[in-house]
Amino acid sequence: MIETHLPALIALNFLVFALLIPLFGIWKRAVCQPLAVTGTGISTALSLYGFLSVLNDQPLRYFFGAWQPPVGIEFVYDGLSAFVVLVINVVAFIVLIHSKHVAIGEFAQKQMAYYSLVMLMMLGFNGMVLTGDLFNLYVFLEISSLSAYALIAIGEKGAPFAAFRYLIIGTAGGTFYLLGLAFLYTVTGTLNLIDMAAMLPELADNRAVVTALILMVVGIGVKAALFPMHGWLPDSYTYASSTSSALIAPIGTKVAAYVLIRIMLFLFGIELIDLVVPISTIVGILACIGILYGSIMAIAQNELKRMLAYSSVSQIGYILMGISLANPFGFIGAVLHILNHAIMKATLFMVSANLRMKEGHSDISLFDHTYRKKYPLTMLSFTVAAISMVGLPPLAGFFSKWYLVLGTVDANNWLFLVVILASSLLNAVYFFRILEKVYMSNPNSEVEASDETSPMDEVKPSMLYTTLTFAVALLLIGIFNVAIVSMISSMFPGGL
Amino acid sequence: MMTDFLLGHYAYWLTLILLSIGLYGILFKKNLVKKTIGLTILQASVVLFWVSIGSKWGATVPVRHYSLPTSEVANYLNPLPHTLMLTAIVVGVATLGVAFSLLIAIYNRFQTLDEDEIRDQIQ
Repeated sequence: MIETHLPALIALNFLVFALLIPLFGIWKRAVCQPLAVTGTGISTALSLYGFLSVLNDQPLRYFFGAWQPPVGIEFVYDGLSAFVVLVINVVAFIVLIHSKHVAIGEFAQKQMAYYSLVMLMMLGFNGMVLTGDLFNLYVFLEISSLSAYALIAIGEKGAPFAAFRYLIIGTAGGTFYLLGLAFLYTVTGTLNLIDMAAMLPELADNRAVVTALILMVVGIGVKAALFPMHGWLPDSYTYASSTSSALIAPIGTKVAAYVLIRIMLFLFGIELIDLVVPISTIVGILACIGILYGSIMAIAQNELKRMLAYSSVSQIGYILMGISLANPFGFIGAVLHILNHAIMKATLFMVSANLRMKEGHSDISLFDHTYRKKYPLTMLSFTVAAISMVGLPPLAGFFSKWYLVLGTVDANNWLFLVVILASSLLNAVYFFRILEKVYMSNPNSEVEASDETSPMDEVKPSMLYTTLTFAVALLLIGIFNVAIVSMISSMFPGGL
Repeated sequence: MMTDFLLGHYAYWLTLILLSIGLYGILFKKNLVKKTIGLTILQASVVLFWVSIGSKWGATVPVRHYSLPTSEVANYLNPLPHTLMLTAIVVGVATLGVAFSLLIAIYNRFQTLDEDEIRDQIQ
């Protein structure tokens, strides 16, 4: 029974827990976080089981209420969606374990609402990844976005304003997507992705299809923080509570990037796009600008979370660049970077949460060498994630960049190659200045420093070991990247 | 010829005008409530567009009638766009709810709803 209903169970499990948490939360506030962890844990286990079985088996198409598409709504559980669902659920599972003490410290009164909203947001993200129906995608997009706006609003003083700006631009993006879908519906008369993909090649010269393509890419581009539409991101990630940033930053933009992969490579197909409008080139160039802009802005920031937010703008550019390359290496690089960046960003934001817990701030200018004595393991995790972001082997970040570089060489696209290399250098600048502050003692205060005793003062085990888990995962992904790449190679869309 | 082009597509022109008004409100209005109103107009324009593509002359509601055999489906309207828009309207209402609760939180913290003044206070 589990096999046949697996796709629905993974997503709808979150809905059950979104309702259970308020029920039990009224009785006792302390059960909210364990319940959220349990709910995500069940979905993680199901998606792991499903991923392993999909690898050896046919893709699973789940028809709701047994209504066959194109009449009914379906969930498509193929290699790519199984992979992305697994990534986002594992990241959410670990971040939620980590969130316990952050939640008590930062918003103890609002825990019930917080965890319930997290479950709704995860329902939305899982639904977006799994659904094979384009209107259903819009509904899940809005479910996840509305929960994310509320989650971001739980935070510092500026948080509601950041959330409101995100709401305005995010909803406008969603509306553009819906308008694009209206054009597609008028020319094809279906909403099912597989059904529509079969019809579109015959309609390539229809202007409605071109308009729809542009509107949908713009709409989803807002959610993915594609360069000129990234304005909502830095404020949102900075002012939101530490644990919300650690949850939304790794997952939110990745799911939007996944939807772009579905729309550009699976629905329209790269041949059709190249035939009608050079939007893949435009997305690629915008991604390049985003990569450089994000890196340069990150260097200029003095607040760790804001720096990481700008770095997110830059990193999402890699994924979009991989999509726009539209060759096998680019695709592998993009999908691998979804995994790598999700784990790297989660680690870095969790480190910033750990530091805020202990120091009460995450201001880079106040970092000093006592940190390596006080928080040796947190700083070790930070170092691993930072080096992985820069892209040194054998850590995970190297391999996604490597495949992207192979993709640019394959496409003879030397501009993109230069951008990747330049941005690695910029990444090194903004991460190594922190490593320098933490691991090198200031020569002017050396005498003082040797006298000063800073005993080890790490965060609580639930926060420390989850952060370390991700750091170890980065190393393992790097070492076993061949196995992961061979899995991704079986997910290619047709025509690539 | 030109008149036909303008009058024949009046539903599309309406959508376009509403869309532009909505975008103008979002982009250029400084008051956050006015931005929210712009957002609502933007959403309404897309909802109306969907409704307009689901309607046609000389057809009736999709409820089976004996004088109109189901073999001639052209006699009935396509109900799907209208049904979808019920969902989209609900999404719009939910968005509006979240927007207003955020506005209340913003007003409680900053005592103003003007974008520039809030920005000054944050920095």
